[in-house]
Formats: sequence, C-alpha cells, structure tokens
Amino acid sequence: MTTTKEPGSDLPLQQQESVVIRFAGDSGDGMQITGNQYATTSAVVGNDLATMPDFPAEIRAPAGTRAGVSGFQLAFSAKDIFTPGDRPDVLIAMNPAALVENIKDLKPDGIVVCNTGNFGDRDLEKAKCDTNPLLDGTLDGFRVIEVDMNQRVKEALAETDLKPKEVQRCKNFYTLGLMYWLFSRPLQPTEDWLKEKFAKKMHLAEANITAMRAGFNAGDIQELFQGRYEVPKCDVLTPGTYRSVMGNEAVAIGLVAGAEAAGLEPFLGSYPITPASTILESLAGMKNYGVKTFQAEDEIAAVCAAIGASYAGDLGITSTSGPGVALKGEALGLAVSIELPLVVVNVQRGGPSTGLPTKTEQADLMQAIFGRNGEAPIPVVACATPADAFDCAMEAVRIATQYMTPVFLLTDGFIANGAEPWRLPEVEGLPKFTKEFRTDAENYQPYSRDENGARPWVKPGTPGLEHRVGGIEKAHLTGNISYDPDNHEFMTNARQEKVMGIANSIPTPEVKGAQSGKLLVLGWGSTYGSIADAVERTNEDEDKVGRIHLRHVWPLPNGLDEIFSRYESILIPEMNLGQLARLLRSEYPQHEFLSYSKVQGQPFRAYEITAKIQELLENKS
Amino acid sequence: MSETQTLKKKDFQSDQEVRWCPGCGDYAILSAVQGVCADLGYSREETVFVSGIGCSSRFPYYMNTYGFHTIHGRAPGFATGIKMANPDLNVWLVTGDGDGMSIGGNHLAHILRRNVNINVLLFNNEVYGLTKGQYSPTSPVGQKTKTSPLGSIDRPFNPINFALGANATFVARTIDTHVKHMSAVLKEAAAHEGTSFVEIYQNCVIFNDGCFDDVADRKIRDDMTIDLRPGETLTYGKELDKGLRFNGWGLERCSADEASTWDSTVESTAPSVMMGELANEAEMPRPIGIFRQVNSPVFESETERQIAVAKEAKGEGKLRDLIFQGNTWEVE
Ligand SMILES: Cc1ncc(C[n+]2csc(CCOP(=O)(O)OP(=O)(O)O)c2C)c(N)n1
Ligand code: SF4
Ligand SMILES: [Mg+2]
Repeated sequence: MTTTKEPGSDLPLQQQESVVIRFAGDSGDGMQITGNQYATTSAVVGNDLATMPDFPAEIRAPAGTRAGVSGFQLAFSAKDIFTPGDRPDVLIAMNPAALVENIKDLKPDGIVVCNTGNFGDRDLEKAKCDTNPLLDGTLDGFRVIEVDMNQRVKEALAETDLKPKEVQRCKNFYTLGLMYWLFSRPLQPTEDWLKEKFAKKMHLAEANITAMRAGFNAGDIQELFQGRYEVPKCDVLTPGTYRSVMGNEAVAIGLVAGAEAAGLEPFLGSYPITPASTILESLAGMKNYGVKTFQAEDEIAAVCAAIGASYAGDLGITSTSGPGVALKGEALGLAVSIELPLVVVNVQRGGPSTGLPTKTEQADLMQAIFGRNGEAPIPVVACATPADAFDCAMEAVRIATQYMTPVFLLTDGFIANGAEPWRLPEVEGLPKFTKEFRTDAENYQPYSRDENGARPWVKPGTPGLEHRVGGIEKAHLTGNISYDPDNHEFMTNARQEKVMGIANSIPTPEVKGAQSGKLLVLGWGSTYGSIADAVERTNEDEDKVGRIHLRHVWPLPNGLDEIFSRYESILIPEMNLGQLARLLRSEYPQHEFLSYSKVQGQPFRAYEITAKIQELLENKS
Repeated sequence: MSETQTLKKKDFQSDQEVRWCPGCGDYAILSAVQGVCADLGYSREETVFVSGIGCSSRFPYYMNTYGFHTIHGRAPGFATGIKMANPDLNVWLVTGDGDGMSIGGNHLAHILRRNVNINVLLFNNEVYGLTKGQYSPTSPVGQKTKTSPLGSIDRPFNPINFALGANATFVARTIDTHVKHMSAVLKEAAAHEGTSFVEIYQNCVIFNDGCFDDVADRKIRDDMTIDLRPGETLTYGKELDKGLRFNGWGLERCSADEASTWDSTVESTAPSVMMGELANEAEMPRPIGIFRQVNSPVFESETERQIAVAKEAKGEGKLRDLIFQGNTWEVE
C-alpha cells in the first residue's frame, strides 16, 4: 500500500443530517475529555448539539472492569435537536467491558470502532467475557472497525521520550483524531485547547496533538472506512453568538447574573456532593466577580451560612443534591419563617439514600415542594436544558429577592453534565430586578408586607432598625415572639398567600403542536428535550398532540385549567413514579392525568415517549 | 458607627420581657454582656447576637441590637455567613452545652478551627434546660435526670479541652456569679481577633441547681478556683497565698512564691490542655480566666484577601466576560 495520500483525499464524502456518537472506555481512558472536545469542535463548526456523559459511581473502579466503564454520548446535527440522541450511530469501545456494556444501544448497521489492543485474554477476563466479543457473533449486523490503538500511538510517539504509560495516555486523542476525520471536523480547536491546558508542559500538548493527527491521518491512510461524512452547519439556530455550556456551569453563571440583576453580592455555602459539586467549584473560581464561596463542614452548615449571608445583605445560595436537601430541611423552614431570600439548587440524582449518585432522576419534586415540617411553602423553578439553567437561575434569584423567600432551583444529573449550544445573551437584555434594602427607620415594622406580600429587608449595620428574628412564630407587623393562636393562623396564611401569589408574576406556558384534541404531553425539568423530540416526530405530518413545559412547578402558573380542558387527557412523562401527575391530580381533579414513569437513572429516549403517545392515540381512536 | 454619643448599659436592653426562671444564672450573664457592650463603645446597629436553641439561646431577644435566634446547634453556620457577608459587624454567638456540644458539636469545632472573628459564649449548666432537665454532654457521670434515672453513664465533654482540641485561638472560662471576672474575660474575648470561646458556668435553678457550687460558691470560690491571668503567677486563694506549678507532665500545688508564671500565648495547646484537665481533679483549684490566646489569620479576612488577589490577578470580573468566555461562534 502506498502511503502518499493526503488525509481527506479521495474517499467518498456523504452528507448526514445528524449523528450520534458514543465514546466508551475505562474511567482512566479520558472518555469525558474526548467527548467534551468533540462537542466543542462540533459547536465551533456550527452544529446544534446535545451531550450526555455517563460516569461510573467509582472514581477508579478496577481498570478494565464493567464497573469502570465511562461513557459520553453526543448528538450533533444540521437541524435543531432536543436530545443527545436515542441510539448511537457510532460506538467507540476502548476495551471489551466498554463494548459489551454499550453494544446493545448501537443502531442496527451502526459503526463500532474497537481498540483491539485491549482485547487480550487478561482484558476479556477483567470484563468477565467468556468469549471474545469480536469473534463470538456479538457484533453481527454492525460495521466493525478494528484498530490496535495501543500499538498505533506507540508508533506515532516513538520519537518522543515519553514513558510507555504516558504514551498510552494519549490514546484517547488518537481516537478523537480518527472521529474528527470520519465526520470531517477540524483539529484546530482541540489543538488550541491542548496548548492552553498544557501551557507549562508543552511536550504533553505536543504528544497529544501528534496522537490526534495520527488518528486523523489513519482514517485515510489505513482505509478503515469506506467513506467520510459531513454534517453541515445548523442553519435553523437563531442568529447570535453561541458557546457550548454544561448545566452546572450555566447555573453558576446564572446565579452571578441574578445577583447582579438584584444588585447583590452572591454568597454560596455548599458541601461537595455528586452531581452538584461543580457548581461550588465553578463559583469558587469566580472570586474576581466578587463571588464568596464557603465550603462548609456539612450541608446543614452550608445552608445556615447562606441564610446568615442573606441576613447580612448578600444573596445567599446553597447547592447540593437530594441527600443534602434532606439535611437542610430544618434550616429551610427557618428561611421560610424569617422570610429572607435564599436560592437552593438541587441537582437531583437517583435516590433514595445514596441511590445512584452519578445517574439522573426527578424524584425530589415532592421533597422540594412539601418536604419540611409545618406549613412551609417554597416556590420551585426547574431547568429544562443546560442552557435553560442560566435563565432559570436568574428567575430563581428574582423570585427569592422580590418575594423574600427561599426558592428551589431543580436540575438533575442529566442537565448538570450535559452540554448544548447556548445563545449568549447581552447583559443589557437580561432581566433587571434591583432589590432595595430598607434604611428608613420611620414606621419601620419588621413584618410589614409590600404588594408582593414580602417583608422589608434590613441589613445589620443600619442604624435605628435594630430588631430580632428567629424561628419562633412572629407577631404580624412587629415580628415579636407570639404564641397567639389567631396570629399563628394569620401568619401561616400570609406566608402561603405570598408564595402562591408568585403565580401572578409568571407567564402561562405556551402550548406547542396541537392546540386541542386527544392528548397533551406535559413535562417539567429535563424531560423537556425528549418530550419535544417525541411530539415533533408524532406531529411530522399533522399536529396530532400538544406539548407544554412547566418551568415553574410551584406555584403552578395561571391558565393551566383552561389549557387542560382542551384535551381529553394529559400525559406526563417523569423520571419518578409520577410525582407531578399526583400533584396535578390534586390541584385539577377535573382533568385526566396519565403518568408515564421511568426510574432507570437514565433520561427518557424520545422513541419511548413517541411509542407511548402512539399507544394512547390508538387506544383512543 | 453613626452614633457619636456612647451608649449606656440600659441602651442595650430590649423592650422584650425577659422570660428566664427567676434566679437563673442567665440574668447575670445578660447584664454583664449589656455592660460590656456599653464599655466597649459598641453601637447597636453594628452588633449582632446569634444563637441556637435552648434557654440560653433566647439571649438575642433581650439585646437591643440586631439579633438572630436560629435553629438548634447551627448558630456557627449562620455566624460564619454573617461575618463573611459583612466582616465589620460585632458578632456574638450564644449557645448552651446541649446546643453547642451535642447537636452542634460539629459546627462549633469547625468555627473554632476556622477562626472566624466572633465571640462564642457557651452557657454551661450541665443540663438541657429548655426541654426540662435531661442530661447533657457536659453532665458528669452519675448525674440523675429524667432520662438517666440511674445516673448518666455518658463520659462528659470538657468544653475547654473541646475548644483547645479544635485549635481555638482564644479559650477562657468564667462564672455567672462572678460578675467582675466575667466582664473582664468578655472584654478580652471581644478584643481578640478570631474566634473567642468562653465557657460560662451557669446555674440552672430549676433542673441542676448548685451544680457548680463545689467551686463557684462565693464562700469558697477564691480557694477553689484559680484565675489564669496571662503573664502573672499562678496564685490563688483569698490571700493569693497558694500556687500551682508545672512539674514534668503535670501540675502540682505549691506555695505562692514557687508558682509558675502563666503564659496563654504559647503556640502549643499542651499547657492549656493540662489546665483544662484540672476540672476533673480533686484537691486542685478549678482554672478560670484565659487558657489560650494566640494569633492566627482570621477566616473572613482571608476570604476578602483572596477575592482581592483574584481581582488583582484577573481584573475585576465583568458579567459579559463571564458569559462570553471560552470558545464562541457566530450564527448568522
Ligand atoms: C432539632 C431539634 N431537636 C431538639 C430540640 C429540642 N431542644 C431544644 S433546646 C434543647 C437542649 C438545650 O440545652 P442547652 O443547649 O444546654 O440549653 P439550655 O436550655 O440548657 O440553656 C433541645 C434538646 C430542638 N429545638 N430542635
Ligand atoms: S430552666 Fe434552668 S436554664 Fe432554663 S431558664 Fe430556668 S433556670 Fe434558666
Ligand atoms: Mg444547658
């Protein structure tokens, strides 16, 4: 074979509208970096995209075992997409464990790229494979590409003085290069990233770049594939400046933006917990934006510090996941009672207890709305997608400050680690809701209320307004301790009405698709993408069903009753056992709500919802 | 800060009716603290009293300053947030032996090690007062209460050594009935930069009356306690004729002229821990006064410093830069 061909030369180039790739390897193989780089590059070339990492629970499960498999799926597309894709078109399996764990999801006739360098007897044994899946028929019906990546990087980096271990660590960039070749993506963005990341260890940047180029060139030279593909730019995206953003990062930036909109300094009290930790990490890196972060000794101290900061005039924020929310419950009741702003971010994961820390779920809805002792109403805002998390975080700050209340911001593991293009807002166009502190001593009453039902916020340090607050029931207006029965009822109602009144400040959500008919599909949180995708598919020829998404889950927006009355029934897909459905049944008993639940630690696939819709439509006709 | 005229003790009394049992030691502490606030030239608006839950934790309601009665055991978290948000405030934290050593033991240890610049007053009455008399983590072994009818079998915490174990930078003890001593110790605590921890022996007339009488009773107090005065000799007794001195790994009694000089500023906690342990020894006086007083960086100042350093290094952050950072692309 002559090797004079230039990469990207005479193989046929096919256009594809959308592609789904899944990178799977050992948790030490750098699959997350590979996937994220692929996403960034796909974003830079103008595709719409969505990503979904799938981490193992252990940081370093024994190498090569099934427990140690780490995956990263991304969809990139020339059209508008809502999800990281149902089934991959291409699977990259760095070892037998990754192959057997993921092959069942690959599309029939899909491409599977296997690193044969890791398919020795020992590797098969670690993956608990009795037979070699490359040979035993497991891969029948797929297009199998076998590459000994271990060997290829060794050759590519033969000239360097890296140790064999370090050489093998460049393997994922070889894979990345090969996939860049297959879908005709540029290497430049990743090269720039490597040079920045390894600015102080240039030899490592160069080694990885060499490995990546070797992978890229191999696509051509070694004639592994019959052709290359191209996914054109997505031209349906709204014009503007974009970047790829992950959910937790968007939450962090949205909180900073929210604080600025309110004219406050953000203070985060937090305690590390998967999958919320990166919010704390992000904000800890934003000190030059005036962000204060406090890594407390536990979730209780974290929320207490955040409330303390709000008491002293900062915007108190606390971030955690379900088990942490459980610990914060008592302090949240205090925040309700003393009526101070607080944003509580719950990045939901599989429960109960430790549950599935690295997997996603939506089962903390009831906990957010009702999970405290006493009548302790807390409004709940839920993010739909990674980019939406920015707007939702700002919205949570608006509600917290304008209504002097704790607010739950619900996201989940799927949103937290997933990425999508984010159309960057100009600061002037962002909502503004400047919060005034009370400084006027005349007629000051700590528990008087404004038109929102909110009490005045007074910073300690303000002369003449000294007062005491606490968790004991307070007398209307004066805020003094009161055990009076009628006053308790009055205050309980006042707090409840204040929170329910938030509904008057939020828009009625828009219905997409059929405006009336047999079925409305309703979602909240991260089911947004799968529902949108499923309904669009169903409605391809004609509008058969409607869809609606709730950003505000509590209080519910006005106008839902009228919308619901236009449909025979309402389908609610949820990653729990039907918590929102249960809530809506009690709020709107006159309508029929059908719960469709999935609790596998994995988001809904659009086809699952499409199938459910079909089934319901057929039963109804 | 706006008030130019200095305030009097009564200016720190709130209009709320004080609801402790008549004869409770808490009254004397309240009165001493109000006096100290006036003596220190505090303004009302710059002063915040934070507490947990318990009889003692009702304290903030009675101070005509800002006040925050929080939840059981968690006051250190709130105080940390308040100080980080506004380091200029004078923050005092009032807690009890249950609030601070039991449900809130974790938080107390952590605020002490972080060295947040606040003053912690632990009202130790060796019992749960508010919940009507159960044994607490400072109750001695054998104490009979409603929940320990045959006597407590819990080995108690020694608050002083708890604080020293957390590497607290200021550790002191005083007695509710010893007003002059209490005021002096509180002023030292207020002057200290960092977390000041003061254990106050407090009599609960209802559920644990006289629990400190063996050392704190006025009639025997001078002979049964020794005041740790930094830089002065370890002498005690009405005539200051008795002494204590270090001998190897322990302390022993001696005559006044053989007494060691007390140094509360040694970096090691060893001498103060040895003093703290005297609580359990018969024949020996019970130390009160200042066990430890060392300098260490203050948590909220370090927080501010890092923010300043970050702004210096990266420039004052603009929201637009935060939004537009990283790899961006245009869609036309
Ligand atoms: C979460 C929670 N658990 C229990 C209680 C009940 N409780 C209130 S005060 C207290 C003990 C207080 O003892 P201590 O701190 O010694 O204060 P004292 O009343 O003796 O001053 C208990 C158990 C509570 N308020 N909150
Ligand atoms: S119960 Fe004891 S500690 Fe509580 S107020 Fe009465 S005397 Fe004081
Ligand atoms: Mg007590």
